[in-house]
Amino acid sequence: MSALAVQNLSVAMRGTMLVDGVSFEVASGECLAIVGESGAGKTLTASALLGLTPDAARVTADVLSVDGVDARGFSETDWRELRGDKVGLVSQDALVSLDPLRRVGAEVAEPLAIHTRLSRSERRDRVIELLEAVSMTDAARRAGQYPHELSGGLRQRALIASALAGQPAVLVADEPTTALDATVQARVLALLRSIADAGTAVVFISHDIAAVRRVADRVMVMRAGRVIEQGAVADVFAAPQEEYTRALIAATTHEPRSDRFGLGDAVLTAVEVSKTFSGVPAVDDASFTLLQGQTLGIVGESGSGKTTLARMIVGVERPDSGELRWSGGTHRVQLVHQNPLGAFDPRWTIGRSLREALEAGGVPRSVRAARVAALMAEVGLEPALARRRPAELSGGQRQRAAIARALAADPDVLVLDEPVSALDPSVREKVLQLLGRLQHDRELTMIFISHDLDVVAAVSDDVLVMQDGVVVEQGPVAAVFAAPQHPFTQELLAASAGGV
Amino acid sequence: MRSRSADPVVKPVLIRIAGLAASVVIVLWGAATLAFLAFRVIPGDPVSVMLGPQAQVSEAVKDGIRADLGLDRPPLEQYFSYLWQLLQGNLGESYQLRLPVTEVIGRQLGATVQLTSLALVIAVVLALAVALFARGRVSRGIVAGVELVVLSSPVFWIGILLLSVFAFGLGWFPVSGTRNPATIVLPAITLALPVAALLGQVLRDGIEAAERQPWATTVRARGAGQVRLTAHHTLRHGAAGALTLAAYLVGSLLGGAVLVETVFARPGLGRVTLSAITDRDLPVITGVILFSALVFVVVNLIVELLYPVLDPRLRRIDVRRVREVGA
Amino acid sequence: MSASARPDIARRMGVSRPANASRRVLLWAALAVLAVVAVMAVFPSLIATHDPLRTDVRAALEAPSPAHLFGTDQSGRDVFSRVVYGAGRSVGIGLLATGLALVIGLVVGALSGVAPRAVDATAMRITDVLLAFPEFLVALVVVAILGPGPTNVAIAVTIAAVPVYVRLARVQTRSLALAEHVEAARILGVPRMRAFVRHVVPGVLGSLSVLATIGIGSSILAAAGLSFLGLGPIEPSPEWGLMLSGGRNVLGTAWWIAVFPGVAITLTVVSATIVGRGLRARAEGRG
Repeated sequence: MSALAVQNLSVAMRGTMLVDGVSFEVASGECLAIVGESGAGKTLTASALLGLTPDAARVTADVLSVDGVDARGFSETDWRELRGDKVGLVSQDALVSLDPLRRVGAEVAEPLAIHTRLSRSERRDRVIELLEAVSMTDAARRAGQYPHELSGGLRQRALIASALAGQPAVLVADEPTTALDATVQARVLALLRSIADAGTAVVFISHDIAAVRRVADRVMVMRAGRVIEQGAVADVFAAPQEEYTRALIAATTHEPRSDRFGLGDAVLTAVEVSKTFSGVPAVDDASFTLLQGQTLGIVGESGSGKTTLARMIVGVERPDSGELRWSGGTHRVQLVHQNPLGAFDPRWTIGRSLREALEAGGVPRSVRAARVAALMAEVGLEPALARRRPAELSGGQRQRAAIARALAADPDVLVLDEPVSALDPSVREKVLQLLGRLQHDRELTMIFISHDLDVVAAVSDDVLVMQDGVVVEQGPVAAVFAAPQHPFTQELLAASAGGV
Repeated sequence: MRSRSADPVVKPVLIRIAGLAASVVIVLWGAATLAFLAFRVIPGDPVSVMLGPQAQVSEAVKDGIRADLGLDRPPLEQYFSYLWQLLQGNLGESYQLRLPVTEVIGRQLGATVQLTSLALVIAVVLALAVALFARGRVSRGIVAGVELVVLSSPVFWIGILLLSVFAFGLGWFPVSGTRNPATIVLPAITLALPVAALLGQVLRDGIEAAERQPWATTVRARGAGQVRLTAHHTLRHGAAGALTLAAYLVGSLLGGAVLVETVFARPGLGRVTLSAITDRDLPVITGVILFSALVFVVVNLIVELLYPVLDPRLRRIDVRRVREVGA
Repeated sequence: MSASARPDIARRMGVSRPANASRRVLLWAALAVLAVVAVMAVFPSLIATHDPLRTDVRAALEAPSPAHLFGTDQSGRDVFSRVVYGAGRSVGIGLLATGLALVIGLVVGALSGVAPRAVDATAMRITDVLLAFPEFLVALVVVAILGPGPTNVAIAVTIAAVPVYVRLARVQTRSLALAEHVEAARILGVPRMRAFVRHVVPGVLGSLSVLATIGIGSSILAAAGLSFLGLGPIEPSPEWGLMLSGGRNVLGTAWWIAVFPGVAITLTVVSATIVGRGLRARAEGRG
């Protein structure tokens, strides 16, 4: 008998079917991954497994069996007995998923306090055992600390420990590693795999195909509330049956760009550029060359200094030491921001923001309206969207608008800071294609910043790898990714390659 | 190993306390100086003001009074002797009553302290009860409406209403007098209502906001019920938010006390302050202002010290400890 | 760790909730009340039934009746008419104080927001200390220093209202000046001053206006409190706080003298608050 059995699960809210006829089973010791883009219904399905769907939601199922218990039509009181004891939940980002005002030990001990009759000292001992089981060093000390005192990876482990405290048969992990850096992510994924191997049935929800490859035995692809395809990970990813699955996989894996010839002269030479913020070096002696028509990728984790470097190139910050030498005449450098929602005035329509950009670029008033229309067409936005405000657009549309605005100033160098990180895979693909086309049509030189190696590999000619403000490795992207020299680059590649 | 980790914890705490003490002294000094300057800046000769427009007194007598009060000495000298007196706890002498200001305030202080303390207790109990028990959509709406009306009403009008209904109307409470302990009930409730409204709102908002946080989902996912969630988790978050209000609420109580004591004809600082203002009894006014500043500063100090206790994120930690090896 | 904008005003702003039918009804009711109060303030003779100053000792302390809607007071004056005529004084002070305080606060706050760190920090420290006190208390201290009288009450209430606007103007100016979209505009090439005026000023003005609508209520309450204590206008002026004080003495026999002016105050402040919240909801929905 499987630890978790679901048949024909449906969740409806205000007349709309958000989850429609989902069925799957998970055996003990097995890990099932549920993948899909945002809005696919993954999280709602996960909530249904714990009875945590919103009050307005109606949940129906032919079979909903958690560790042998029939949970259909359960009341809140019934669910409370199940939660923490038979089924546990691990959410994204432990910084906000653990009560910041309580010590880690208290959080881990809570399921024990709720479901067992252990004494306080017995709970304390058990907590240390649990923390050690998730490979937390110095467990006794850590238990007395608060979540903000732990690093991201340790916090996530503590969260996992608290979910396992009641020894549940089923563990639901909803995007448990998305907020973590790549290297940390790999280790937490390994932990989840070992939990599955130890006998727990794990449901792993993610939009990250690479992570799924590392952790799951079987995978279920969801789209718009329905199951598109399901089967063993190896089978589904090697030979997907459905068109959608194929597109999804293609969108998340890229071939590194082959060498391009015909690049022009140096446009920008950086010589030992450094920038320090209140004693902490953000960028430390960075040196590189940017050629005309090239796409330079800058890759690194959060805090590596990529954004600071970008801001210095655009001119918003000035280097404390070193030099950024521009050559070959005047260059117009523009920036596509990491957060398009923040970069537009929320009270202005997109059209108005574009007109402002044109005005700043010296375009006469009479032609501005026409130019706005042309720019929007160029980035693939319907003209009607010009009358909307940024908050009324989708993520992909906002990103296109941000690109349009940067283009309004007619730049020849475009710096893009994490332009596709917040987008779903299919949307991401389209935006990357757009960027490729724009580069070709306008002969742009681009600097592409990302933490996602895959994406950087697909669009860049050369790449800079940054760690803690230092450029640890640089060179043609195919070469660097095929044979990384620096240990950090190797670690990054290993973490993202999906275990192969 | 202990001694090495104790140092980074103890030193920042000591520095912090020293910093707070310094700011307390600075604020008190600032208040004293402002009070001193304020009275020198206003137009009109203090002696004439003091004697009133009706007094027919010769200049010689006025000069005598001026010399008596030390108002004829150079301003800087007055300032320093004023500060020196303050340090000794001497607030001067009341123009009208010819008594030391400290005595004037001291005699009436007890009644006001009684009233405000009782009001504070009532307010906290009320606010907690409302925050914890008014959870349903309907009750929350009603409570929000009541809070809005209470906060929009003048506190003295609330007192008048309560007097009208419960003392004059129903006769449950005596109208005035200080012998009967029951006379403190209506004034205390009156004073407590606006404070309770504000506090209740903040507590409720804090608890509700906390319940919408991702970690609240985690707590529920462990099998916790509403009671556990509130008692062990959200209440603390709400209380931390309410702590920011503490100093403001004290101010509200002080101001309200003046009004409420007038409505219910009770003795206390309110009476002292009011007669001092109408009589232009500057030393007493200065004394009351400084006393309020002192109370305020003390409350602020306590609040500042309590913050890190409630919210561990505010405790100064050694940054190095966080960036340790191991993921 | 000082408090943000004055807590009572922040609280009266309420939590933002989506508009629905009952909220809309409430908003219209509040606007209607404010309209009536406005008429009472500007054209009192249109609504009042009697001369507010006319005494008639024979008709003293009469309970509310068709002849005297709110009854009469100790001197036989019609309470209803006095309430109507009192609107001008009480609301007038609220508007005047709020208007002046808004302008002063905007200028000081905006300047502080763009001033060098040290200047900004000192100004904010002083503002925070003032903000920690309820408006009534600050006004009381100012009156204590200046002396009683209607002009001094107006000055006191204005001074007491200023800190909230200073703080909000400064916070908004600083955060907007550093905001991403302002920086984005500058990267595009928009000149600094123009970017500031286009993107920062409208936002600041917007928030201040919303705050002001609710702040009027605070000022009205503070002024009424001072009048109640006898520190403001003197008899026979019809002023709501003063009428409450007079009515308090005969509470056992003639409750109407004190109760109705209080109702007027409460209704006005509640309506102003509801309108203010409505304005804020609209501003947020748009932005």
